[in-house]
Amino acid sequence: MIPAAFDYIRAGSIAEAIDLLQRDPDGSKLVAGGHTLIPTLKLRLASPALLVDIRGIAEMKGIAVNEDSIRIGALTTHAELLASEPLHKALPIFRQAANLIADPQVRNRGTIGGSLANADSAADWPAVVIALKAELEIASATGSRRVAARDFFVDIFSTTLGPSEVLAAIHIPCPAAGTRFTYRKIRHPASGYAVVGIAAAVRINAGVAANLSIGITGAASHAFPGDIAAEFLAGKPLSQGNIEEAARLQSAATECLSDRYASAEYRASLLGTETRRALLALAA
Amino acid sequence: MIEAEKRHAVTIEINGSRRTLEVEARKLLVHLIRDDLGLTGTHIGCDTSQCGACTVEIDGEATKSCTVLAVMADGASITTIEGVSPAGSSLDPVQAAFHEHHALQCGFCTAGMIMSVRQLLRQHPDPSEDDIRHGIAGNICRCTGYHNIVRAIESLVAKG
Ligand SMILES: Cc1cc2nc3c(=O)[nH]c(=O)nc-3n(C[C@H](O)[C@H](O)[C@H](O)COP(=O)(O)OP(=O)(O)OC[C@H]3O[C@@H](n4cnc5c(N)ncnc54)[C@H](O)[C@@H]3O)c2cc1C
Ligand code: FES
Ligand code: FES
Repeated sequence: MIPAAFDYIRAGSIAEAIDLLQRDPDGSKLVAGGHTLIPTLKLRLASPALLVDIRGIAEMKGIAVNEDSIRIGALTTHAELLASEPLHKALPIFRQAANLIADPQVRNRGTIGGSLANADSAADWPAVVIALKAELEIASATGSRRVAARDFFVDIFSTTLGPSEVLAAIHIPCPAAGTRFTYRKIRHPASGYAVVGIAAAVRINAGVAANLSIGITGAASHAFPGDIAAEFLAGKPLSQGNIEEAARLQSAATECLSDRYASAEYRASLLGTETRRALLALAA
Repeated sequence: MIEAEKRHAVTIEINGSRRTLEVEARKLLVHLIRDDLGLTGTHIGCDTSQCGACTVEIDGEATKSCTVLAVMADGASITTIEGVSPAGSSLDPVQAAFHEHHALQCGFCTAGMIMSVRQLLRQHPDPSEDDIRHGIAGNICRCTGYHNIVRAIESLVAKG
């Protein structure tokens, strides 16, 4: 399959990328790993006039684990997130989730920024960044702003990113000592994407849940925080009974997506089951 | 000025030799490799980023070349199956193990599979069976049922 013709240019900095996008915001597209965009071009579901390749932009690369926050450049690949030892020590959920994304070749190219900006309703990273209370750094012609991950995803393939904006980095507050993490998903057997995926972080303080935070992907039209379950469990012990009730409440309160892969009823059922399993793993 | 039909110069190092070609931006790397360079050991199976038959190494990383634009590879060093054991030389150890353990039948997946196995062994010099199966998850084989592929890889590890 051959894409429709387009022009191609490499941007050397965020400012240059924004400048190029601004000249023709509707006709231009950024390309990072290309592992979502290139298949889309080959199927001719998109036919931009210009691709702006951002892979060479140094300020969008790298993982920095600082004293109170962690910065992940948007161009960091899934493979780099999997391999990084400093990141694994601070936030082991990254390796756990990266290992469940696609396959080795795709992980070598695909980037976390591309995954978040693309906002596939079944992508894995959106759930993780919501559960970690990340802030997304967005660069535009007028400067840079930060958006809480929980407010970034708007609908299927839709975020608060404007047409000439660039997602530059992800900032995550360092978790309190003793925080436990987990990510789990029901993999779609063909695509590998999450039919339902749950990311969760919690600290157990004197036997009760403190700072429980949940991110859910796959279930609805976009990733969202599992606030219903988290609020129910706040200050309660993570007992089997409490966890089951929290998972049931979250599932009942969620308007699930229905498509040719899974009905809304099936997704609601998986959401309950996977939330329960994730929380039981944290309690263990 | 945006010019869709414009041709772009792409310089790559392919299996150790430097080549410069003029391509359209929309040309896929796998087509550059097969059609322009005549290196037809790299196959196109699914053409949808799923099967791994088109896997090559770009700067040492196993990559599905049907999902990379040739222009994106400008400046990169690429290894294809032809570079693993040049014509006339003896088989690379991974190829020899596949041969010995009957890890291929039709052979369509094999070139891509071998590129993934090379990366797997670089990252996990002593892989468990789980590591092996996880490491070749991006390569689909319709013939072997994978068991002999796993045996071939295990034989390389046992040899050390
Ligand atoms: C076979 C296969 C299996 C996969 N399995 C999974 C899976 O299990 N789970 C999962 O989550 N994903 C999966 N993916 C998707 C993969 O992770 C993609 O690589 C990723 O979603 C997109 O990242 P990219 O860097 O390739 O983005 P690109 O394809 O380069 O870009 C995607 C979109 O985001 C925009 N964009 C990219 N970067 C930025 C930025 N910094 N700022 C603003 N906009 C930007 C682009 O303009 C484009 O619209 C799979 C992909 C394939 C091919
Ligand atoms: S041909 Fe590239 S992955 Fe199948
Ligand atoms: S040997 Fe035939 S597809 Fe693998």
